[in-house]
Amino acid sequence: MEKQYWQSFEEYEQLKKQSLRENGEPLPEFSIEGLDESEIKGKSSRRDFLKMLGFSVGTVALVSSCQMPVRKAIPFLNQPEELIPGVPNFYASTFFDGIDYCSILVKTRESRPIKIEGNEMSPLTRGGTSVRVQASVLNLYDDARLRNPRKGEVDSDWETVDRDIINKLEYFSGKNEKVVLLTSTIISPATRKLISDFIAKYPNVKWMQYDAVSYSAIRQAHKQNFGDAVIPFYRFDKADVVVSFNADFLGNWLMPVTFTKQYVSNRHLMQGNIKLSRLFQYESRLSLTGSNADYRFGIRPSEESAVLLNLYNEIAKATGNPTYYAPPVSIEIKQAAKDLLAAKGKSLVVSGTNNVRIQLIVNAINQALGNYGKTLDMNQSINLKQGDEAQMLTLVDEMKDGLVQGLLVYNVNPVYDYPDHEAFIEGMNKVDLKVSLSETLDETGSLCNYVGTVNNYLESWDDAEPVRNSYSFVQPAIRPIFNTRQFQDSLMKWAGMGAGYAKYLENFWNSKITGHSTEPENFPHFWNKLKQDGVFQVEQKSTASPRFVLQELSAETPLKDGLEVILYEKISIGTGKYTNNPWLLELPDPITTATWDNYVCVPVAYARKNNLNKEDVVMVNGNLELPVIVQPGQPEGTVSIALGFGRTAAGKAGNGVGRNVYPLMNTSNGRCNVSGTPVTIEKIEGKTYELALTQMHHTMEGRPIFRETTLKDYIKDPSSGNKQHKIDEEKNVSLYSMINFDAIHWGMTVDLNSCTGCANCVIACQSENNIPVIGKDQVRRRRIMHWMRIDRYYSDDPEMPDVYHMPVMCQQCDNAPCENVCPVAAVTHSSEGLNQTTYNRCIGTRYCINNCPYRTRRFNWYEYVNNNEYDYNMNSDLGKLVLNPDVTVRQRGVVEKCTYCVQRLQAGKLTAKIENREIIDGEIQTACSQSCPANAIRFGNLLQEGSKINEINKEERMYYLLEPLHTLPSTSYLTKVRNRNS
Amino acid sequence: MYNTNVRGILIQGNKTYTDVTRDVLKPLDDKVPLWWWITSFLAIGALLWGVWGIYHTISVGIGVWGLNNNVAWGWAIINFVWWIGIGHAGTAFSIFLLILRQKWRSTINRAAEAMTIFAVMAAGLFPLIHMGRIWDGFFIFPYWNTRGPLWDNFNSPLFWDVTAISTYFMASFVFWYVGMIPDFATIRDRTASKIKKKIYGALSFGWLGNARGWLRFETTALLLGGMAAPLVVSVHSIVSMDFSVAVIPGWHSTIFPPYFVIGAIFSGFGMVLTLMIIMRKLYKFKDYVTDNHLDAITRILTFISLIMGTAYLTELFSAWYSGSEYEMFTFMKNRVTGDYTFAYWTMLTCNAFIPQLFWFKKIRKNITLVFIISIFINIGMWFERYVIVVTSLSKDFLPATWAMYKPTITEISIFVGTLGLFVLGVMLFFRFVPTIAVSEVKAILSDTSTTKPNNNEKQ
Repeated sequence: MEKQYWQSFEEYEQLKKQSLRENGEPLPEFSIEGLDESEIKGKSSRRDFLKMLGFSVGTVALVSSCQMPVRKAIPFLNQPEELIPGVPNFYASTFFDGIDYCSILVKTRESRPIKIEGNEMSPLTRGGTSVRVQASVLNLYDDARLRNPRKGEVDSDWETVDRDIINKLEYFSGKNEKVVLLTSTIISPATRKLISDFIAKYPNVKWMQYDAVSYSAIRQAHKQNFGDAVIPFYRFDKADVVVSFNADFLGNWLMPVTFTKQYVSNRHLMQGNIKLSRLFQYESRLSLTGSNADYRFGIRPSEESAVLLNLYNEIAKATGNPTYYAPPVSIEIKQAAKDLLAAKGKSLVVSGTNNVRIQLIVNAINQALGNYGKTLDMNQSINLKQGDEAQMLTLVDEMKDGLVQGLLVYNVNPVYDYPDHEAFIEGMNKVDLKVSLSETLDETGSLCNYVGTVNNYLESWDDAEPVRNSYSFVQPAIRPIFNTRQFQDSLMKWAGMGAGYAKYLENFWNSKITGHSTEPENFPHFWNKLKQDGVFQVEQKSTASPRFVLQELSAETPLKDGLEVILYEKISIGTGKYTNNPWLLELPDPITTATWDNYVCVPVAYARKNNLNKEDVVMVNGNLELPVIVQPGQPEGTVSIALGFGRTAAGKAGNGVGRNVYPLMNTSNGRCNVSGTPVTIEKIEGKTYELALTQMHHTMEGRPIFRETTLKDYIKDPSSGNKQHKIDEEKNVSLYSMINFDAIHWGMTVDLNSCTGCANCVIACQSENNIPVIGKDQVRRRRIMHWMRIDRYYSDDPEMPDVYHMPVMCQQCDNAPCENVCPVAAVTHSSEGLNQTTYNRCIGTRYCINNCPYRTRRFNWYEYVNNNEYDYNMNSDLGKLVLNPDVTVRQRGVVEKCTYCVQRLQAGKLTAKIENREIIDGEIQTACSQSCPANAIRFGNLLQEGSKINEINKEERMYYLLEPLHTLPSTSYLTKVRNRNS
Repeated sequence: MYNTNVRGILIQGNKTYTDVTRDVLKPLDDKVPLWWWITSFLAIGALLWGVWGIYHTISVGIGVWGLNNNVAWGWAIINFVWWIGIGHAGTAFSIFLLILRQKWRSTINRAAEAMTIFAVMAAGLFPLIHMGRIWDGFFIFPYWNTRGPLWDNFNSPLFWDVTAISTYFMASFVFWYVGMIPDFATIRDRTASKIKKKIYGALSFGWLGNARGWLRFETTALLLGGMAAPLVVSVHSIVSMDFSVAVIPGWHSTIFPPYFVIGAIFSGFGMVLTLMIIMRKLYKFKDYVTDNHLDAITRILTFISLIMGTAYLTELFSAWYSGSEYEMFTFMKNRVTGDYTFAYWTMLTCNAFIPQLFWFKKIRKNITLVFIISIFINIGMWFERYVIVVTSLSKDFLPATWAMYKPTITEISIFVGTLGLFVLGVMLFFRFVPTIAVSEVKAILSDTSTTKPNNNEKQ
C-alpha cells in the first residue's frame, strides 16, 4: 500500500476512511450486490421517491383520518378486595317503587349496576321480573335525575335545605299547624317505624299514603266482611278455576310477577301432566290476562256488578246461600258458575274494579265457594296498595281551606296523576312549606319550595314486607351518584335522629328479631345472611280466618247506550312513573304493538259504524285529542285509553308523549276507579296521527306459525294441533351432510302455553345486549332494534278474537339462510351451533336480513350512539353507564341480532373450565330465559344427556318455526293448549 | 352461406365512403347545438342531485332511505338490476347479431355498446353505495390479509355479482374501445386541430389502416366477441341468483336466470330503440338508422315480449304447482291481487301486452308510437324489478313482520342522478366519439347500398 501523508488529524481520518473503502475492508453491513450505483451511493432513485411519497402520503392520510378522541381508563390504585375488573358482582336487593314489588339481584360491573335479575330465593317472585323491574336500572342513569337538593328554583345544598325545613317544621309543630306527609304505599316495616318516630317528634304531622291507581275497595270490602281492611294473598297456583273480572293479574294487577309465577305453575303440560287450570276473563278491554284466557267475555264496566251478582246467585243457589235481585244480563255465566262449583275451595274469583259493591260480591262468591283459607290467604295479606283516596279528598279540601301548612311529598306525583289535579294544585298553592322528596323534578316537585333529592333504590338501604311475614331487603349496589340522600335519611335528619338510616335499619331488625321464635344466635351473622339472600321468611302463625259477615249485595243497572271508558296501565310505563324511560317507551304494547303513545282503543263494530280507522284522530269529551286504534276484542260500548302519558316534567324522553287521561278517572262513588266514566268520542275529520306500531298485519293467513289445541284434544292426542310437525319431519331430508357438534349445541325452547306475552324478555334482552332506542319516528319506519320481539296474532271473530303471543328471536338455524349469502363471510356458524355475526367484518349489504325467514336480524340504519338525533341513554355520559361492557356497541351500517347471549355462554364455559368440571344443565341462562316470569323460555345444551331442554324437545307439542324451509333451527316451540270444552 | 337480402337496403341515400365519413363525423366537427348544451346541463343538474343523495347516504347512514327491518333492499337494488338490464343491449347487439351475421347491426352497435358502458357504470354505483359501511367495501375482494384465514364467502351470490359485473364491464369496455380504434384514426387523420390530433392520435394507438392492422383488428374483435358472448348470459344470470338463491317466496325460483337474461335483453333493446330514435332524429341519421332498422328491433321486441309473458305465466304456474302456500300468497295475493297490484299489472301491461301492438305494421311504421312504446318497455321493466324486490320482501313468511316500503327523496335523487350520469355519458359520446361505426358501415356499404360507393368519389 502506498504511503499516505497527512497534514492534519482531519485529513488523516479522511484518508483512513478512503483507504478502507478502497481495500474493501471491513465488509459493509449489508450486501450491496444487485444494487445499482445510485442506490449504493445512497441517492434516491425514482422508485425510492415513489416509495417515500407513497409511504408519507399513506402515513399522513392514516394519521389524520384516524383521529380518535383519547379516553383514559385509569386502573385502581388500591384495588378493592371484592372487585375484580371484568368480573361481575351480584347484590341481592328489592325493587319497590311504591307500586310494584320484586326481589332482585343487581349485577354490577366495576361497581356500576348494569342489569337486574330476579332473586330465585324469593318465595314470591321466584326469580321472575317484569319489564319495569328490568328497565329500572336505566332510571339510575337518567339525565333527568336531580344532582342536588333544590331550594326554590335553584340548586342548593343540604345544610340550607335541612335548616330551612327543620325551622319550618319546628315552627308548625309549636303552633300545632297541620303538616301532611304524603307518600306512596310504604311496605317497609323499618320505614313505617321511622315515620311513626318522625310523627312522635312532630305530632302535628299526618301521614297519608296515596296510590295513583287505587285498590282501596278490596280493603274496604274485606273490612266490611271480615272486619279487617286487608288485601288477602291470592293463590293462583292453588286455583283450578280462576274467574277474573277486569283484573289483569298477569299484566298489572297488584303483584303481576308473583301471580304469573303462580298461574303458570298450574299450566305446565310437561312429561305427561295433563292438568291445566282454567281461566275465565270478563273484561272491558283486551288485557294481557284476557289474551291468555281460556274463555273471555266482553262486558261494559257498568255491567260488571250485574254479571257478578248473577254469577253469585247461580253459586248461591247451589250452595244454599241467600240470593239477591240482579238485573238480567246477556253475558254467558253458566259455564263459569258450573266450573266454579265443581272446584270449590280450588277456585278463585277476583275483580280489579275499585268499587266496594263489586268487591263485596266477589268476596261473597269466594266465601260461598269456600275459597277463603285456601286460594285466598287472609293471614298472609298483601301490603301493597295501602292508599285511600278518601283521605286524599279530605287533604285537597283542607289544603284549599288553608288548613294545611306543610306538605312533604315522597315518591308520588299527585299534581300529575290526581284525577282533579287542578284542585290539588289550587290547594297546594295555599300550603306554606312544600317539600318534594323525589329523584327528579316532576310535576309536583316543580311546584314545591324545596326538593330533597332522594336516592335511586339501587343506592338505598331499606327493607320490604310485600306480603305479611315475607321480607325482602334493599341494599345499595352503588354509592349515590349525585348529591342525594334517601328519603329515610332526610326524615331522620329533620327529626334530629342522627346516625343514618342504614344503622337504623340494622337496629330495627336487631330488635325485631330479638325475642322472635326464629331468633338467631348471632345477629351480625344473621344480618350478613340477610344481605346475602335478600329475602327472609318468618314462620306463619296460622290463625283461624275471621268470621265472614255477609253484606247486602246489589248491582247497578247496566248502561245500554253510550261509551264507557276504561283506563289502564300499560305493561311498559305503568302509572307514569317510567314515562322517561326510553326502553319502556319503546316497548311495543303486547296487545296493540304500539310504542311511544297512548291512544283510544275502540271496538271493531263501533269503528265500522262510525267510520273510524286506525290512526284517525278523535276528540274525547270535547277536550282531549287522541289517535284511534281499532281494537279487536274491545267490548261493545267501551273504549280504553292508557294512563301514564302526557307528562310535562318527566324528562327529555317522556315529556309531551301522549295525553294525560287521569282526569277521566271515575270518581263517582267516592273512590278513584279506572273504569266506568261515560265519554263521548267525536271524529276530527281529515286529521290523522301516525302511531309507532311494530306490527301491521294481525292474522296468520292460515299458516301453521302459532300452533294450538284444546285440552280435550291434547289428552286424546298430545300431538293434536301439531300434526304438521310429523309431516315436515318426514320430509326433512337433505343431500348435504349435517353439521356435527362435539360437545355443545346450544338450544332454546319456548313454551307457548306458558308464555303470557308480558314482554319482560324483550327488555331483559335490551338491557343485556346494549340495544339502542331509536325513537318514535324510526319505529314508525319499522326499524325497531329489539333482538327479540313478541309477535301477536288474532284469530276468528274480530270482535272477540283469540290472541296469540309468540316470542321470536334468532332461531340459530343449523342450515341458516343468512350465513350462505354474506359475501364477506361475516355471518358464520360456530362449533356450538350459533349463528355468529362478526360486526368488524360486516359491510352491511343486508342480504342476510332479506334472507332470514324469521326476520330477526337488525340493521344499524344510523349511528345510534353519540348522536344527538337519538338523544336517549346512549347519547349521554350518564346513560352510557348502563351499557354492558361484555357486549359490543354496534356501529352504523352493521347487521346485528340475537346471539343467545354469547357473552353469558362464554362466561359460563370459563367458570366451568376454571372449576374443571362439565357445564351443569341450567347453569347458563340467556337474558330472556333467566328473566321469564312464566318459565316459558328454556335454554340448554342439546348434546347434554338428560338436559331439561332435551326432555322438553321430546314433547309431542314440540315444533320448529317454518319447518318446511329446512333451516334446522335450534329454537323450538311448544303448542299452546287452551282449556276449553270444545 | 345464408346471404339473401331480406333486410333490403341498409344504408339509404346512395352514400359513398366519403359521405359516410362526413355524415357520421359531422357532429364532432360542427358547432355544438343548443339542445346539446341544454341536455347536458340538465344531466349535470340531475347528476349533482344524485351526488348530493349519495353524499347524504354515506355521511348520515342508509337510514335516509325508506328501507326497514323487513324490506332491506329497495330502490337501490331495483335500479341496479334495471341498469344492468339496460346494459345488456350493447353487447347483445354486437355479439349475438354478429354471430347471427345480421349486418343491419353495424349502424347501431356502437351506440348500443356506449349505452352499455354508461348503464353498467350507473348500475355499478348502486351495490357500492348500498353498503352500510362503504369504507370497508374492499372486504369483498379476495385479497391476502393479516386477519388470519379470513377469505370471502364464495357461496354468496353477492360475491359472484361483484365478479360478474366487473368482468362484464371490463369486457364490454374493451370490446367497445377496440371497435372504435379505426374510427379514432379517421378523426385523427381528418382533423385540423392540433389538440384533437394529439388526443385522437393517442386514442387510436397509432392505427395505420394497413392490411396487417385490419387483420389483427378483426381477429381481436372476434376473440373479444367470443369471450364476451357468454358474459351476456352469465352476468344477468348471476344477478338473478341474488334472488333465486334466497329462500324468500317469489325469489326462490329456478326460472330466474333465463327469465332475467331475457328481461335484460328486452329492456336493453327497448332502451336502444329509445336512443336510436332520438339519435337519428337529432343527427339526421335516417339514412343509416333506417326505418328498416327500427322495424327489425320492434320485431325482436315483439318476440321477446312473448317470452316475457310466458315467463310471467310460468311463474304463476310454478307458484301454484309448488304447492307452497307462501309462494301462492306472494303471487296470487300480493302481486296479482293485493297491495302491489298496481306495480304488477303495470309490469304485465308494459312488458307483455303493449309490445304486442308491434304485430301491426302501421304501428311499427309510426316512429312516434314506436318511441312511446319503447318508453313503456323501459317503465315496465323497472316495475318488474320493483315487483320482484319489494313484494317478496315486504310480505314474506311471518305476517307479524310484514312492512310496507316507500322510497325517500334521497333514493329518488340517487336514481335521478344515475339517469343524469347516463344522459351525460351519452351526450359526451355524441359529441366526441363517432356514434356510428364508420369502418363497419363502410364494410357493408358495397353489399347493401344501391350504388357502388367508389363510383362517384367526390374527392
